[in-house]
This record gives sequence, C-alpha cells and structure tokens, in this order.
Amino acid sequence: MARMKFLCDAERCIECNACVTACKNEHEVPWGINRRRVVTIDDGIPGEKSISVACMHCTDAPCQAVCPVDCFYTTDDGVVLHDKDICIGCGYCFYACPFGAPQYPQEGAFGARGKMDKCTFCAGGPEEDNSAEEVEKYGRNRLAEGKLPLCAEMCSTKALIAGDGDIVADLFRSRVVRRGGRPDNWGWATAYKD
Amino acid sequence: MSATAAMNNRKKTSLWAMLIIVLAILILPLTGYLYVSMTDQPAADEQTNPRSDTWRQVRENQEGYSAVKGQETNELIQGAGQNWRQLRNGPIATYGAWLLSGVLVILAAFYLWRGEIKLTHPRTGKTVQRWTLNERRLHWTTATLFILLAITGLSLLYGRFALIPLLGYPGFSAYATAAKWIHNVLGPVFMVALFIILIKWFKNNLFTKVDIEWFKAFGGMVGDKHPSAGKFNGGEKAWFWTLATAGVALCFSGLVLDFPNFGQEREVIIGAHLIHILTAMLLMAFSLGHIYIGTLGTEGALEGMTTGHVDVAWAEQHHDLWLKEVEEQQQNTPQ
Repeated sequence: MARMKFLCDAERCIECNACVTACKNEHEVPWGINRRRVVTIDDGIPGEKSISVACMHCTDAPCQAVCPVDCFYTTDDGVVLHDKDICIGCGYCFYACPFGAPQYPQEGAFGARGKMDKCTFCAGGPEEDNSAEEVEKYGRNRLAEGKLPLCAEMCSTKALIAGDGDIVADLFRSRVVRRGGRPDNWGWATAYKD
Repeated sequence: MSATAAMNNRKKTSLWAMLIIVLAILILPLTGYLYVSMTDQPAADEQTNPRSDTWRQVRENQEGYSAVKGQETNELIQGAGQNWRQLRNGPIATYGAWLLSGVLVILAAFYLWRGEIKLTHPRTGKTVQRWTLNERRLHWTTATLFILLAITGLSLLYGRFALIPLLGYPGFSAYATAAKWIHNVLGPVFMVALFIILIKWFKNNLFTKVDIEWFKAFGGMVGDKHPSAGKFNGGEKAWFWTLATAGVALCFSGLVLDFPNFGQEREVIIGAHLIHILTAMLLMAFSLGHIYIGTLGTEGALEGMTTGHVDVAWAEQHHDLWLKEVEEQQQNTPQ
C-alpha cells in the first residue's frame, strides 16, 4: 500500500497560487475557505522562499488525537479524512494542527463555526466514492479514479509533488543531487576549489 | 624535630607537588579549547546558511506573506498546538479523572466513617430565616447552571472514551452538538449569576479570626467540638474565594473560547483553554465537597437553601455568631 505524502520544493515554488485556485475550483470549496495556501517567507527580500501548505495527512495526527467526537480516520493510503456528519465544529482540530489546515465556514459568537473543512488529498469522505453527497461535502474523489491530487498534478514548476511517499522522496532526492548552480550544497564553494 | 617527623614532612610535600603537577598536565592542554572558542565565535556569527535560516523562520512560526487572507494564514507551522494536545490528552485528562474520582471516594469513605453530622440538640421547632427567596433563586440558578456546564464540559473531554461506546458515533455526535451549544450559551449566563453572587456576598466572606479557629477544629467535621461561625463559616468562605479567583478565571477564559469571532490567535485560545480546564477541574472537585456537606453530610443544612428557614438548634450548632446577630436584630426592631 502507498503512503501518500505532500512535498513542496521551496526552490521551485514561484508563489503563483495556482494550487490554491485549482483546489477551490475542483472541490467547489465554500467561500472563505482555502484548503491550500502559499506562504512566502522574507517576501520581497532576495532569497525569499515560498511554500504551498495544506493538510499534511500526519501519521500521528494531532487533529485526530484531540477530536472530542472522534470524527477523523486514516485511510489505507495514509490519508487523514473526517466525517462531517459527526463533526460538531468545536475548533479543537484547528487549535492542535501545526499547519493551520482545519477551517470553518463561520467564526460566530458562542463558538458557532459550522462543520470543519480541510484538504482531503482529493480522497473525499466516508460516503460512496464520487456520490453526490460526497462531492457536496468533501469535493471530488480523484484518488478513487486513480488520479493524484489536482494541486500537485497541475503545478507548473512541479514544486508541489503528491503521491506515494517513497516515490516522492526518490524524486526529490534526484533533484537535490542534480540541481547545479544553486547553493543546495552550501559551504562547498568555500571549502573546495574544484 | 625528630628524624621521622622531618621524613613525614618531606613525604607530604612531595605528594602535594606530585598532585599539582598531575593536575597541571591534565588541565593546561585544555586551555586550547578556551582559546579556540574565544577566537572562533565572531566568525561563526557572521556566516549562516541561508537555507537553514528560511526553515528556522518557518519553525519559529515567523509570519510570512500569503495571498490567502484569513486567520493566521501567513504562518506555516504553529507549535503550541502540539503542547496543548500533549497536556490535554495526557496529564490533564488523566489527573483530572483521578482528582474527581479521588474526591468522590474520599467523600464516600468519610460518610461511611463519620456518617451524617447530626444535630446535637433536638429540634426546637422554632425556625429562623437564613436565605431570602431571591438568595435561594440566585443559588439554585447558579448551581443548576454549574452542574449543566460541568456535565457538558466533561462530555467534551471524556465523552470520546466514556460515551461513544454507549451511544455510538452518530448518537454521541448529536449529544455533543447539543452539549456544545448548552455549554457555549449558558456559560455567559453562569458568569452573570456568579458575579452577582460574588458582589452580593462579598462582605460576609471576608476572613476573620473566628475562621482560623473554625479551620483548626476542621469545621466540626471531625470530633464533637462545634467551632463558632458567622453567617458564612470558614469552609463556605474558602468556597467563596475559590469561586472569586478560579471561578472568575474560568469565566474569562471561557469568553475567550466562546467568541472566536473576535479573531483571537490560536496560542491565546490554547492558553485560555488550559486555564479553563484546570480551573474547572478545581471547581468541580470543590463543588463535590460543597454538595456533600450541604446535603448528605449535615443534618438540617439543606432545608436552609430549600425552604429558606433553619431550625434554631441547627443555627446554634453551626452558625452561633450569626444566630446571635439575628436575635439581637429581632430584639432591637419593635414588633
């Protein structure tokens, strides 16, 4: 079985936000919710780096650990999904998540948040694959169709990669080794003359 | 000086000399490290790895820029949540359960050992008013809200382990939705009721010398002595001040949690949640004692809060100074 992972290559991401837009369009995500976002560190300063981030589908997921109603589950592919029929919108997963992935359609008084929404790794929810209910609540289920998450599939610089963790890691490793002219091998220029 | 003494002296001197030489041999070469560390430091500060700097900034939760606008969307990694998860799921849930069940066990054991504290004198049949109707309304409103908030709050912490096996996932989810609403809506109402109590009974609850004696005699819970007390005894005052401190912290941290519409950051919410859960545990543990003493533990105590009147025999035994005050007032007011 594959263990699905996301990886964003900070050397390649150009902050075009196409992943954000593609995700919103594919899943008809409600207003105010972005399942994916791009964050730029040192924006406007030489050496700025951009990283696209969404739910990372953690192995020991904090959201899952703190959920009072236990609405999260991990699929055989290592994707962390949740059941919106069980979710009570308490906000705990949002407090616990390091990546700020869980989001809510409202932030109202008396803790009214609505059902939590987050990246599904394009794997839908507990309903039948690509049924009307599943699409309505969680968006499209591309994994069931044998496709990978759209954000990574259409990334123009292939900065964002999604898929089986081993393949993603191999891909990234080969990039790091081949990448020339840029200081991946920091210190070599000073240390070695040839 | 004898020859042997001189010999011993020389041996001692040479032994010390040896020790000093050995120490010097061991320590002096190490000064090289000191030299290197002193001369190396400025150079190390100047050069940093730009790539590590980026990731260090990410790890330290430095705010970047994001085209996606929203709460804390410009932060990549927020570490506080992991600490919160560990604390809430670990020690707080574990020791909280131990605290509450421990208090229940102690109260049950105390009841078995001591039983109900009976009236030492038979009922006189003459009663005296202890709580007015409004005071009783205030007490029972606050008490009912407290119990509802405690049950719904505990359900959110322990329901996953205790109630899901009983109700199933959809069943518990429906219950938890209601519990969350009850908790979030009644919380501020409880806060108002609590603040009225704190203001209304503030003066009666200032500690006096009488209370020291009361605590020394364990409030008459142990032994046959009945320490003196005014309208509020030492225990009631301790409960009052717990509510005035932990209770107030509980209310304010609750407001932080209850109104996410003001956009408070996760770290603030997490801090408030920890304060909320810790003070709630403390108050729940204390309230169990309060409920025990007011019902099972003391004969004639509950009727004060239900009918508003207590028997003079009870007042004489438990609140003698207050009874005196009331009697004096009655004599002074013309009938």
